[in-house]
Amino acid sequence: MDQHTNHNVHTDVHVVHEHHVDHDGNGHHHHKESFISKYIFSQDHKMIARQFLITGIIWAIVGGLFSVLFRLQLAYPDESFPILETFFGRWAQGGQIQPEFYYALVTMHGTVLVFFVLTGGLSGTFANLLIPLQAGARDMASPFMNMLSYWFFFLASVVMFSSLFVQTGPASGGWTAYPPLSALGQASSGSKIGMDLWITSMALFVVSSLLGGLNYIVTILNMRTKGMTMTRLPLTIWAVFFTAILGVLSFPVLLSGFILLLFDRNLGTSFYLSDIVVNGQILPNEGGSAILYQHLFWFLGHPEVYIIILPAMGLVSEVMSVNSRKPVFGYMAMVGSLFAITILAFLVWAHHMFVTGMNPFLGAFFVLLTLLIAIPSAIKVFNWITTIWRGNIRFTPAMLFAIGFVSMFISGGLTGIWLGNSTIDIHLHDTYFVVAHFHIVMGVSAFFGMFAGVYHWFPKMFGRYLNNTLGYIHFWITLAGAYLIFWPMHYQGMAGVPRRYLDFRLWTSFNQFSDLNKMITIVSIVVFFTQLMFVFNFFYSIFKGRKVRTMNPWGATTLEWTTPINPGHGNWPGEIPEVHRWAYDYGKDGRDFIPQTEPLNPNETKH
Amino acid sequence: MSTTWIIIALILGFLVIFQIAKASEYVAILRGEERSRKDTNRINAFLLMAFLVVGLFGVWYCNEKLKGKILGEPASDHGERIDTMIWITLAVTGVVFVITQVLLFWFAYKYQESDTRKAYYYPHNNKLEMIWTAIPAIVLTVLVGFGLFYWFKITGEAPKDAQVIEVTGKQFNWEFRYPGKDKVLGKKYFKEVSEAKSNPLGQLWDDPANHDDVYTTGEMHVVVNKPVKLVIYAKDVIHDVGLAHFRMKMDAVPGIPTTMWFTPKFTTREMREKYGPDFNYEISCDQMCGAGHYSMRGTIVVESQGEFNAWLASKKPQYAVANPSTVPALPGATDTTKTKVDSAATAAVSMKR
Repeated sequence: MDQHTNHNVHTDVHVVHEHHVDHDGNGHHHHKESFISKYIFSQDHKMIARQFLITGIIWAIVGGLFSVLFRLQLAYPDESFPILETFFGRWAQGGQIQPEFYYALVTMHGTVLVFFVLTGGLSGTFANLLIPLQAGARDMASPFMNMLSYWFFFLASVVMFSSLFVQTGPASGGWTAYPPLSALGQASSGSKIGMDLWITSMALFVVSSLLGGLNYIVTILNMRTKGMTMTRLPLTIWAVFFTAILGVLSFPVLLSGFILLLFDRNLGTSFYLSDIVVNGQILPNEGGSAILYQHLFWFLGHPEVYIIILPAMGLVSEVMSVNSRKPVFGYMAMVGSLFAITILAFLVWAHHMFVTGMNPFLGAFFVLLTLLIAIPSAIKVFNWITTIWRGNIRFTPAMLFAIGFVSMFISGGLTGIWLGNSTIDIHLHDTYFVVAHFHIVMGVSAFFGMFAGVYHWFPKMFGRYLNNTLGYIHFWITLAGAYLIFWPMHYQGMAGVPRRYLDFRLWTSFNQFSDLNKMITIVSIVVFFTQLMFVFNFFYSIFKGRKVRTMNPWGATTLEWTTPINPGHGNWPGEIPEVHRWAYDYGKDGRDFIPQTEPLNPNETKH
Repeated sequence: MSTTWIIIALILGFLVIFQIAKASEYVAILRGEERSRKDTNRINAFLLMAFLVVGLFGVWYCNEKLKGKILGEPASDHGERIDTMIWITLAVTGVVFVITQVLLFWFAYKYQESDTRKAYYYPHNNKLEMIWTAIPAIVLTVLVGFGLFYWFKITGEAPKDAQVIEVTGKQFNWEFRYPGKDKVLGKKYFKEVSEAKSNPLGQLWDDPANHDDVYTTGEMHVVVNKPVKLVIYAKDVIHDVGLAHFRMKMDAVPGIPTTMWFTPKFTTREMREKYGPDFNYEISCDQMCGAGHYSMRGTIVVESQGEFNAWLASKKPQYAVANPSTVPALPGATDTTKTKVDSAATAAVSMKR
């Protein structure tokens, strides 16, 4: 049935007439494709995945560059860099980063990396690439909606990028955009037109995310090939499935929060505003609640961190299993823990709000639920470690990044147990401890998962390999650099050093870290250039990389490696293969691996 | 100029690395891909082990370098509880950190690809899964238990005898109000706020409780070993009263007053003797509040009851500042007729202005 449906969808997709799918198995399905329909308004999930990835890479460079700029300020608050004035004019008057500019950089760094890179770039790339290929479908349930999803993302990107160039500057109230700061243009120049553009862009982004997410869910539930039961799906697909559910259920809440903010800004409503005297001006608003916004924001904001980390977990599970030549340990426990994380993700948002004056009794429940999340997370870590135990490990760059992911996830996950406990959070809230925690556990970890995915599936995406030597250099500098940057920040946090300060010279309690700040900045510049090297490797290898010569270069069991080296639209030239077993038969019965397409042998050992 | 050189050096360095990387690909093909793949595999396995050793040493070294720079002894009773909780959590997470990181990197090294070994087909073991579900669950229950025990102590009702002080955050400084002899803060309304009328908090002068309230900015005075309860407001955007030495923190939200209380343990003088003459209890704004966020600094002077009383007595109530002509005698009396006269006078004054 599935094959039949898929076939129909495939023909529906190409409204191009006289199109016939050839079942004789030689060659790809062809119809005349113009440059525009192939590379720009493409409905092929693989091309959309590449579009998401490349857009994500461009955003990552921009967001990373912002962090280098504000790290310069943190390390050298009294020095002048004339080159900054050359590029940024009055924002860096006298070669020094101005406070408004600093806060704009911090805000954009957060927004861009959380939403545009690690949500759009990560889910968009790998959900699009892998769902049809690994579940065995010719394309997404609605390739047109899928195309729209990318183009809404693109539009959101354009609006966000344009906000960087408005005269009063882009949004600068932090990536969380708490009102009243974000609601009142009088309170901050970044809360003028820049904030409206920010909200507009984010609204478009939510639309993109919903169009994508619904498509992923429907495709996974309805379009798996024959024999592909849910429990035979690779963990990558389970991970993006739960990610999509999280997004579909929580992004609308964020959108509603943003729309109320837009009303408060432009239509004189008082959803979030009350009792405000700003710059000597008494505002008429009464009865609103600034805390309401925080509830709406974090109802997405917390699931958002799982939206970022779950796909990375899926990619890592797959890459680890393939390169250990061993089944992933505890497949059902892995699925179960993903499910548990998904449920709990909706029930912990207020742990970001322990010190907002929220009722401490309510806070107690959020402590309990938050620390509960550590259980499924711990299960996953133990299962990954057991997966490599007694394996026969190949250290491809992808595998190294997968191991790095687990290391980072442990380090950052454990500090979550600190911050989730409200008692400790009183002291550490909004300090560098928080910065260290979330950068390690969702920033660096998710990037490692993404890198593992890119190195592993690059041959499928472009039919060529990335350069390995550059890959190894990339991994080792990034791993060491990430720890050097973020580990010492825990100590700054323990000292109570607040986030989002651009100069500590005024303070007697926080000014003891100037050497450390210099070290962190130098390392982050090195790490940034290492990422540029990866970007170079990426684009160079698309055109000049070593060519892939075998269909299944990693010796993997999953369906994407049964397609031609450069699959056309529709993925398989002939019938979609039928699946007979789960995705992790590595090292079974003395065989290196058994593809999912191979029928069960009656003499096989059961697992 | 130096910037240009740095950029040139970076580009050159990059080109060199790139050429080596490209060459290594050709060399790999010449030497036989399988063989060179195995060589790099061994190198990376070794590096993983090295990273573990160097990394654990780095964790120790970082601690040696920085442990003297984090805050010393907590300066409040709540701070002690929070530090105890941090130590308990550090012990638990520290053990887990070392065990899991060692296993991860050690297994990666030990089970690197080798021709003599076959991967062990080991898809699941429900008993193991049960064990490592149950153990974290038990440990976390303990942590939640301790955490909530302290949490309710810290966030519980302030003692009755606590000194009440009102704190108001605005872009970009702190304002304080002390109740006078009546120990009651008078009513206020934000639409009455007026710097021109010397009424920065919008106090309602017809509330007699307001007549002895003292207003200051920048520096807050509290009494050592006496509970202090802060009632926290914000005028414009969200701020946060961050008291790192006391380990306390609470947001200041426009329209929604919040509270926190604690008991300071050491006077500012005692702390200066311990940590040097530059020491100050600082109030940091810990919630992003605009371009001046990083400079929103206040200080706290912890002193004896006697010093505090003398300091407070030296301050003129804001009522007297705002209404200089009408208050010959100190107000604070509960005489209602007098209050009416006062408010009438206030109205007259404000109309004149």
